[in-house]
Amino acid sequence: MAEAPLQVVERDFGELAMHMGPQHPSTHGVLRLTLRLRGETVVAADPGIGFLHRGVEKLSESLGWEQLAPVYERDDYVAPTFNSLGFCVAAERLGGIQVPRRGAWLRTLTAELTRIASHLVWLGTWGLDLGGALGGGTTLYMYCFREREKILDWLEAHTGTRFHTNVNLIGGARYDLTPELARSARVLMNGIEAAIPELWGMSGDSSILRDRTRGIGVISPELAQAVGVTGPVLRGSGIAFDVRQAAPYDAYPELQFDVPVRREGDAFARFQVRMEEILQSVRLVRQILDGLPRGPIFTRRPLKNPKASKLPAGEAYAAVESARGELGFYLVSDGSWRPYRLKIHAPSFANLQVIPHVAPGLLVADLVALLGSLDPVLGDVDR
Amino acid sequence: MELLRTLVLSVAVLGTAMTIVAYLTWIERKVAARFHNRVGPYYVGWPHGWLQPLADVLKLIIKEDLRPRRADALLYELAPVLVVVPALFGFALLPLAPGLAVLDHPYSLLLFLAVGSLALLGIFAAGWGSHNAYALLSALRSVAIAVSYEIPMILALLVPALLAGSFRLDDLVQRQTGGAWFIFAPVLGQVSFVVFLLAMLAEANKSPLDVVEAESELIAGYNTEYSGVKFALFYAGEYAHTLALCGLAATVFLGGYLGPAFLPGPVWLVLKSLALFVLVLWIRWSFLRVRIDQVLRLNWRFLFPLALANLLLAAFFAVRTR
Repeated sequence: MAEAPLQVVERDFGELAMHMGPQHPSTHGVLRLTLRLRGETVVAADPGIGFLHRGVEKLSESLGWEQLAPVYERDDYVAPTFNSLGFCVAAERLGGIQVPRRGAWLRTLTAELTRIASHLVWLGTWGLDLGGALGGGTTLYMYCFREREKILDWLEAHTGTRFHTNVNLIGGARYDLTPELARSARVLMNGIEAAIPELWGMSGDSSILRDRTRGIGVISPELAQAVGVTGPVLRGSGIAFDVRQAAPYDAYPELQFDVPVRREGDAFARFQVRMEEILQSVRLVRQILDGLPRGPIFTRRPLKNPKASKLPAGEAYAAVESARGELGFYLVSDGSWRPYRLKIHAPSFANLQVIPHVAPGLLVADLVALLGSLDPVLGDVDR
Repeated sequence: MELLRTLVLSVAVLGTAMTIVAYLTWIERKVAARFHNRVGPYYVGWPHGWLQPLADVLKLIIKEDLRPRRADALLYELAPVLVVVPALFGFALLPLAPGLAVLDHPYSLLLFLAVGSLALLGIFAAGWGSHNAYALLSALRSVAIAVSYEIPMILALLVPALLAGSFRLDDLVQRQTGGAWFIFAPVLGQVSFVVFLLAMLAEANKSPLDVVEAESELIAGYNTEYSGVKFALFYAGEYAHTLALCGLAATVFLGGYLGPAFLPGPVWLVLKSLALFVLVLWIRWSFLRVRIDQVLRLNWRFLFPLALANLLLAAFFAVRTR
């Protein structure tokens, strides 16, 4: 009897549906990814959002202009100062309000410090994504948070608040900088600069990280523009767009800095962009400390009665470069003491949109690396 | 009389092993804290929170014991036991002094490996029985890992066995008297030790090769659905497995119970095992996790050929020196 030819039979076990999140260690809060898996390979991924929706935009319609800035600091809870800064820049544009130079520089100072702190949080949590809470990831996380802690300590000394600093006012900055604080900020910057090689050694120099992130989650420049991603994700895909350069605000027209760009578009490129941005922020902070102009820090003293402070009728849009990208505020005013309508363009929301396009074909482990490299903050996504 | 002796010995070994296992969690948390610039457990028991493991066990015992509605009841309940028992069985085979082991078997090295790999059944039963997508993926991964990493582990352990000409662990230790530990055997010893160490990381599910329990991907892997005492059993099983493998490595490569006479043999064994455990922790808390396909590739493309070549070299030496 002739032997039957050997046949390889691949059995199709079908697809496995999996809800990754909203309770999952690596979805950076309460994102829900509805996955369809074949084995461990992702066939489709659909981000589900809204678990952290707090109705901030609607809330804005019932609070006065003066009361609103602190509210937005709760949106992106990793880099709070950018939210209120974006709102203040938009409101100033709406009202034609001039910001004194010193005030503008001080706002930029806090913003750049917050950018460093935010990128450190990002690196640490990305370490958790890649290395796990029960492994080397936690070590990276702790080292990042050690540096971030110093920034928060400095902010506490400056503003009395560690995190939601509330420095930004419509028309200036709330807190002035003392010479002692300027000195300690210089020491702080030296410390951050010295820590970057160490952090890089734990992350970028690790062949495990390189193997896990190179070529993973590649976002082509075309896709990036079609979907509208922004910030370090966009710059990781080879497009040199930075609001600080494209539409400068506050002190940026007077400061020198480079915009790091990578062409590869993968998770590792986004990592490199953020690491270089930390160093650029250090450079910016040093320039601000060196050249801080003298003078008043705000033009409009906040009024005790919010209803007494009005902005003229009209519309205005202004964007700032937050740690996550273009953070825009679109204001519509009917000339009363509060916004008629307000819309926030959230960078995290824009960046999340690439997931359905990029995720198919990745492994579950890669998906975690991809999501972490987008650096979404769910408070920013859902608002 | 023989039965009584075995009984007393096994109770003593099991008691000591379980105590050490409980304190391994404390050691791990302290060591990890050192790596992180933290202090670790501090408040439960003076000094340095030494009662923390006890508190943890108490907490887990009084926790609610849940079973998912659609879980496979038999597999789900049986799995923790299936994990713990093989892990603890390993301690019975480790020689504590010349001729002294709970179970002295002429093939104790092979028996150790054979029974130790049964823990896989428990892990798979847990992952399959929980009716949870994450647990299922973890179960599939655990099979892939075990199937591939058992091979280099056994090949690495065959080298000392070949050089000693015996599968009896006590014989292996006796061959290392006078400081002639197997790890000092030129090339052969170091290569097989490194291969064993890497395979052990994968088998014992420690980062960077902890893909089975990869909690940033699979939440808690196979034990996602477990709580209370059953979770504690998994936890104890994992640490017991690691400690048993460390004990095996200490026995095979580091001279086991041999050591200067100012400490008794079993103490030397424990100290060497703990030193290896700290080495495992050092690796664990330093590296990011390797992806599942990269873990498997590491084995088939690197560890397995290396272990095989090493074994061939050892066979060559064994024939020549005979």
